[in-house]
Amino acid sequence: MKTIRTFLAPIAISLVFFALVFIWPEAATRSAQVTWDYFKEMALIMPAIFILMGLMEIWIPKDKIQQWLGKQSGFRGAALAFALGTLPTGPLYVAFPMTASLIRKGASITNMILFLGSWSALKIPQLMVEIKFLGLPFTALRFILTLTALLLMGLLIDKILHKSPDLEWQKSNPDPARMPGMGVKSGMKPGMMPGQDKKP
Amino acid sequence: MATILTIYSLLGLGLITSLLKSREKTAAAFKIAGKALLKTAPSLLTVLGIVGLTLGLMTPETISRLVGAEAGWMATLFAAVIGAITLIPSIVAFPLAGSLLRSGATVMTISAFVTTLVMVGVVTAPMEVKTLGKKFTLLRNSLGFIAALLIAGIMGVLLK
Repeated sequence: MKTIRTFLAPIAISLVFFALVFIWPEAATRSAQVTWDYFKEMALIMPAIFILMGLMEIWIPKDKIQQWLGKQSGFRGAALAFALGTLPTGPLYVAFPMTASLIRKGASITNMILFLGSWSALKIPQLMVEIKFLGLPFTALRFILTLTALLLMGLLIDKILHKSPDLEWQKSNPDPARMPGMGVKSGMKPGMMPGQDKKP
Repeated sequence: MATILTIYSLLGLGLITSLLKSREKTAAAFKIAGKALLKTAPSLLTVLGIVGLTLGLMTPETISRLVGAEAGWMATLFAAVIGAITLIPSIVAFPLAGSLLRSGATVMTISAFVTTLVMVGVVTAPMEVKTLGKKFTLLRNSLGFIAALLIAGIMGVLLK
């Protein structure tokens, strides 16, 4: 049953593709071409990203991430999250597994919203293209407004997720570094999940 | 190209350091990577398919027809929705936005399009849900959409 559910979406999409071949062949060809292009890009990037994530899970200690990007990291944590996001590191889907890994390691939700937001909206190479085609005033104003919005969004989402945590996500995302036999120390009590407040 | 170079130099650096420090831990890292990749693979494929379909159906010509045809609030809202559901590489999106602006679309409409395009990812949502959870995805994208509309409104007023 679970296998069927996992592949439900890919199957549905294949059906749409199949239907499109008969209804609108040009669009089907275009779509197939785009999918193939993105597939090549993903096949090149994703394995590397996941290995990097694995290395991060193993080597970067939890207390370090907590200190750099956690709740108490303050302005420096926010600045670091923003700076990491603006680096030229590729499309947004690359950032999702990284962000999940950072949250498991104790990064705050506020900082991660800022990280994802600057990754997708404030990337340096992207800003260059934007200045070229839409001008400096447009780009600068969008930059300032977006950064402000991301900060507010981060604080708000952090509050909401604290009041009502995503239990389903927490259940399926235990800290992989705590797997038995790995010998990695963790400050977390058994049964405690990431995202839950350490303080009462 | 820059992306691939950045990622692979980071990976090379990380792998060498890790292997020098401990073989076992490096192997453990690969194990975690493999498991996570397998877990995310179906949603990755889903995202790929949706991206292909939206880009195949919504060509730049279609978008400029949709956004350029109307004026006023409706055009802005329309542009915001199109920006939210499509995933266009910035190298294509910004020239398109620029040409729309020159051909008469308002600043508000264009900033709504650009801001939702980069802030809201409907096509990447399956993967975001898989890795970060339903609540996180829903909150980030819906608040991002509202923020984008507000940003567009402010930009429309300031950049007349």
